[in-house]
Amino acid sequence: MALQELTYRDALRQALIDSMRENPDVIIMGEEVGRYGGAYAVTKELIKEFGAERVIDTPISEPAIIGAAVGAAMAGLRPVAELMYVDFIGMTMDQLGNQAAKIRYMFGGQIGVPMVLRTQGGTGRSAGAQHSQSLEAYVMHTPGLRLAMPATVSDAYHLLRMALTKPDPVVFIEHKALYTMKETVDLDAEPLAWGKSAVRREGKDLVIVTYSRQLHYVMEAAKKLSTDGIEATVIDLRTLNPLDFDTIREHVERAGRAMVVSESVMTAGVAAELSARITEECFDYLEDPVVRVAGEDIPISVSTALETGSVPGPQLILETARKLLGARVAA
Amino acid sequence: MTKPEAIHAASARPNTDLPQLYRTMRRIRTFEERVGELFVRGQSAGSMLHLSIGEESAAAGFCAHMQDGDTFTTHHRGHGIFLARGADPNRMMAEIGGKEAGYCRGKGGSMHIADMGLGHLGANAIVGGGIPAIIGAGLAARHHGTGKISVAFFGDGATGQGILYESMNMAALWRLPCVFVCINNQYGMGTRIDQATANAVLHERAHAFGLAAETVDGLDVEAVAEAAERLVAGAREGRPAFLVVDCYRFYGHARKDKSPYRDATEEETGRRKDPVAFARAALLERGLADAAELDALDAQIDAEMDATIDFTIAQTEPPLSTMFRDVYAPEEPEPEPVRTRIDRILARA
Repeated sequence: MALQELTYRDALRQALIDSMRENPDVIIMGEEVGRYGGAYAVTKELIKEFGAERVIDTPISEPAIIGAAVGAAMAGLRPVAELMYVDFIGMTMDQLGNQAAKIRYMFGGQIGVPMVLRTQGGTGRSAGAQHSQSLEAYVMHTPGLRLAMPATVSDAYHLLRMALTKPDPVVFIEHKALYTMKETVDLDAEPLAWGKSAVRREGKDLVIVTYSRQLHYVMEAAKKLSTDGIEATVIDLRTLNPLDFDTIREHVERAGRAMVVSESVMTAGVAAELSARITEECFDYLEDPVVRVAGEDIPISVSTALETGSVPGPQLILETARKLLGARVAA
Repeated sequence: MTKPEAIHAASARPNTDLPQLYRTMRRIRTFEERVGELFVRGQSAGSMLHLSIGEESAAAGFCAHMQDGDTFTTHHRGHGIFLARGADPNRMMAEIGGKEAGYCRGKGGSMHIADMGLGHLGANAIVGGGIPAIIGAGLAARHHGTGKISVAFFGDGATGQGILYESMNMAALWRLPCVFVCINNQYGMGTRIDQATANAVLHERAHAFGLAAETVDGLDVEAVAEAAERLVAGAREGRPAFLVVDCYRFYGHARKDKSPYRDATEEETGRRKDPVAFARAALLERGLADAAELDALDAQIDAEMDATIDFTIAQTEPPLSTMFRDVYAPEEPEPEPVRTRIDRILARA
């Protein structure tokens, strides 16, 4: 198929449409997914094509939405449960962490829970402390759950399509600030495999590991670093579980320096895990400490200034990279 | 056996098969007694054993009207329900003992037992945790046009959990083929139901959501079966229902609990509400069986359940190599063991 210009939102929507056309057992359930079309319009007008039996508007009952998806998946459907904001994940943690994640194991491998929990997170809309968080660490900390966080339009499409073929529960976290981002894509082109990270840029001086919206900030910073004569390799994880550590290791061993960039809070977060693994596994190759650039250990404010200040941005990433390389790269 | 309460329902009930119901209840009672014995002999995996002695009528009566292909979830006190749905007592006991021959290869145990072949979507150690799964199973049954129902069995303690009400609302709103069965044994662990709620007429809550709902006396297994027949028939046609079975938990919350929070008089009275003894007396009174026949049946069940202990003790634990299996699907790589990782890191140059 020809190249087309698509937004991140449209790519997600197209992935749902294509999956639903292909597999009659795919259903969507969640708050406002049907008549309203989704709080971020990802499911807009899907109810027209697929009907209210497959695009199910639910009451505001997050635990039971996820719990029902668990039961539906066990009973032969392929549910996509939409959680309007990842901030509501605490409401669902029993169904997600104690049921979905553990059923295959507890039941000795008799059955899996092939469901997708679609949600979105992150800052960027002045949505305040309960609608702006990056809670992927909760998911990554739970064995049994897969975790995908697309940064690009192409990945929004392909990762969601792939998630809907996976045998285990996938938590799929979109970024609310990316929905209107456009890209020219060929959806028929062969995508990178599930579980493989994408090397978005190659450079000899340092490796920056990131995912979701921070990829774009990292790329912006990397471009500026290049004008300083600093060349960075940028790795976009795409899925945090499975985690493609081989690609990280390969590049860190070559460059000898690494930074991890994540919007989620610093302490005990995704960046902490990545940093620990790089330090443990690439210790002999590292010339400097692995630096984490992550969200502040504070709640997110409504104030745009405070909100923006609470999470990494291009400037902080740029400054951190310059400091990390400072003494060693000749000015 | 404690003397049963007076038989107030001694007249013949053509639609129920009392001998069969008695047999099911007697097997549950004896199985649970053997589970207790397994614990005493130090052969059970852990102490988290919750017996359903005194509650057999809920399992036997309700399950008598379930069909092959119907699905269900249970709470942590669910041995009896699974047996009534046709479980193999050997594989159940082996699972309780954490043995590889168990239903879940020793990974689930008493509180996470399941069997997809029998429609058992899982017992649950989270109070109320298994309830919403029947909403999804009900949606799937309707989507695939199977005509099957999905049933959540839970205790009175789960009426304190919000997810029950979320699920009841969805079942009623979407007219799902679902039944909620609340086995009210009067206690959530050590807290009596009247200490946990101001309105202990639990089925009224279901009326508020628009479900067909009623309470039956769990002393009388035939009354449970009759209610089940009505409610299950409605559920198959998209009228979800809620049934409360009133009974009494004869023993403590778990095997180690001696119930110091309730007095001997209460227990003495409570244990008179014995559905097994009541059914036996009814069988004799109606001439459906004589004492010798029932004694022979009981002896046969004793022998069957004695054998489950021998079977379990003879089984092996799952090999350590299975520890990393089934976290993810079999075609996916297993998680890397901590030891392997440590060795790999420390083996550097």
